[in-house]
Amino acid sequence: MKYIDEYRDEKVAHGLLGNLQRIATRGWVLMEVCGGQTHTLMRYGIDELLPNSMQMVHGPGCPVCVTPLEIIDKAVALAERPEVILVSYGDMLRVPGSTTDLLHVKARGGDVRMVYSPLESLKIARENPTREVVFFGIGFETTAPANAAAVWQAQRMGLKNFALLASHVLVPPAVRMLLSSPVNRVQGLIAPGHVCAIVGTRDYEALATEFHIPIVVGGFEPVDLLEAILMLTAQLEEGRAEMEIQYTRSVSAPGNVRAQRIVAEVFEVCDQKWRGLGPIAKSGLRMQEAFRAFDAEAKYDLHDIAVDEPTECISAEILQGLKRPTDCPAFAGRCTPESPLGAPMVSAEGACAAYYHYRRHEAVSLVSIGGN
Amino acid sequence: MATLSSLACPMPIAVNTHIVLGHGSGGKLSADLVRDVFLPAFGNPALNRLDDQASLQMASGRIAFSTDSFIVKPLFFPGGNIGELAIYGTVNDLAVGGAEPKYLSASFILEEGLPLKTLHQIVKSMSDAAARAGVSIVTGDTKVVEKGCGDKIFINTSGIGVIPAGLTLSASLVEPGDHILLSGPLGEHGITILSQREGLELGGELKSDTAPLHKLAQAIIKASPQARCMRDLTRGGLSSALNEIAASARVGIEINERSIPVRETVRGACELFGLDPLYVANEGKLIAIVPASESSATLAAMRLVDTGSESTDIGVITEAHAGLVTMRTALGTMRVVDMLAGDQLPRIC
Repeated sequence: MKYIDEYRDEKVAHGLLGNLQRIATRGWVLMEVCGGQTHTLMRYGIDELLPNSMQMVHGPGCPVCVTPLEIIDKAVALAERPEVILVSYGDMLRVPGSTTDLLHVKARGGDVRMVYSPLESLKIARENPTREVVFFGIGFETTAPANAAAVWQAQRMGLKNFALLASHVLVPPAVRMLLSSPVNRVQGLIAPGHVCAIVGTRDYEALATEFHIPIVVGGFEPVDLLEAILMLTAQLEEGRAEMEIQYTRSVSAPGNVRAQRIVAEVFEVCDQKWRGLGPIAKSGLRMQEAFRAFDAEAKYDLHDIAVDEPTECISAEILQGLKRPTDCPAFAGRCTPESPLGAPMVSAEGACAAYYHYRRHEAVSLVSIGGN
Repeated sequence: MATLSSLACPMPIAVNTHIVLGHGSGGKLSADLVRDVFLPAFGNPALNRLDDQASLQMASGRIAFSTDSFIVKPLFFPGGNIGELAIYGTVNDLAVGGAEPKYLSASFILEEGLPLKTLHQIVKSMSDAAARAGVSIVTGDTKVVEKGCGDKIFINTSGIGVIPAGLTLSASLVEPGDHILLSGPLGEHGITILSQREGLELGGELKSDTAPLHKLAQAIIKASPQARCMRDLTRGGLSSALNEIAASARVGIEINERSIPVRETVRGACELFGLDPLYVANEGKLIAIVPASESSATLAAMRLVDTGSESTDIGVITEAHAGLVTMRTALGTMRVVDMLAGDQLPRIC
């Protein structure tokens, strides 16, 4: 399949690995920011192939994982109202809030529907004029344009029964927080390709300069990631710290200007709480005053819903790359995808969930060694 | 064959065209349904007696017995419909046990308002499917639920088949070194249904693999006298079948990603939805686990059967990592192929 097979080609991958082996003189610590990239690393065991001492640590870029628990509880509270049709993406339905998840609300009679685009929820709103339709939209810069478009369109259509329950997070402020940490170990960064396809690369150029760290905007297939790792290693070995694009088939420096425009028209930057990382200044998006009528939190007065996260989870260290999932005593025991204690085990793309799904053989041996 | 227009007695128009509650009453309307819809399609000596039970002549020895219920939306999809699924699903459950499928029951739960024409089409498909699978439908039942209390039509079939003397197939017989043979490309049924539900056009060649596997299963048993076990790969796909075997036989399983066929359209759809074809449902695929010494002959025999023409040898049973299924990826690394907790849900990005 075009654009897939050539990026999963064993010969190409091993060619890149050969080059990496030749140039890598030290055990560089690299971070892939995006959960999709973590998923590929685990699924193909790419970190096992790297020269011995090189290390990949996994960043905070799984949108489902970093969504605060309380916004899930707000979605649950809305879905439990008889007048509400709650619409969301498939993988949000199984994310546990503090007491239940949306699939269970649906099973108990809540009207919860799965769609592939927020624009579909406008159609549902039009077809159900006596019901209140809420789209539960979360994510990074990648999902913001479609959510903005839905709100913008709803206003144009004069829809009174549509609202957006949104939790949007921005990558650069979180990366800045990680790199500013006194315990930061990350020496090179694979930036999220799809985020940059939308927003462009300017913020990442600034980060590379500010922290004097090489950044490569990478894709999501095995060959993409190996090439990005090779590019980062070359920079580190040569003492460079630049922003480069590996994922050139999708990413250009200016990004998708139309998408940026609609996001800027509907949303404004705000402080945002990240599950596992806590509050980060100017790392989220909220609706602008002119669109506040479509803000579900304001429309349904959900501000009283607040919850504390379980304390046993070491997700802050995981999301900053200070620890690996297998370092956690709860991993694969008290904490599993069916019953997660925290953010990185929640979505299939979370680092802990990826280890759990693809590396359990290692966990099994770890547990047995630990038990002796 | 009776058609709608051949209904002789005068009835209200609604009765002529749609299912009403009276069709499940046990009274005249029920009898009409049997006479005009089911008997013309399924008729055979055991059924035609219309007793409360079918009385069947069986060979001595062991019989296999299986049951399955069928709910699918949409009822008709490229490559099949709920009626074919209901026949082949139970036939295949019997066949992978080594049994020759013989007799089926068919129970219908109909929702008030179902067009009789739709029921006719489904029943006709079931009749054709039963003929293709070499089974007779010898007993059945119909109930009607009020509109809104069902989803058009639910079908349950149960079946019995004859297991040849001396044949035992069981996951407990699986041994390290055995080979795993897969009968063809994965995921076609699941992706067809998903793309129909979501209204996605993924290309004309995508259709469900719905098919009876009794001939393929018989060919495997003939080619591999020491065949260990077979499984059909329905819900949960290849991954669930392999994980069940690994768990129950306390063995490890190692498969090779590159030897697992997946058609281009299915791969593309899986990329789009964020799904893994290893977990997607099939309705006409099986795996057979056979001793290494019999694997090439069995694979050759499978490829001679139309439902197994694309069979491949996908991996081996191992002593290592008992209870776990691992896969050698296209890059040559190993990963675990886990059992899913629930359905695969399409990803957010």
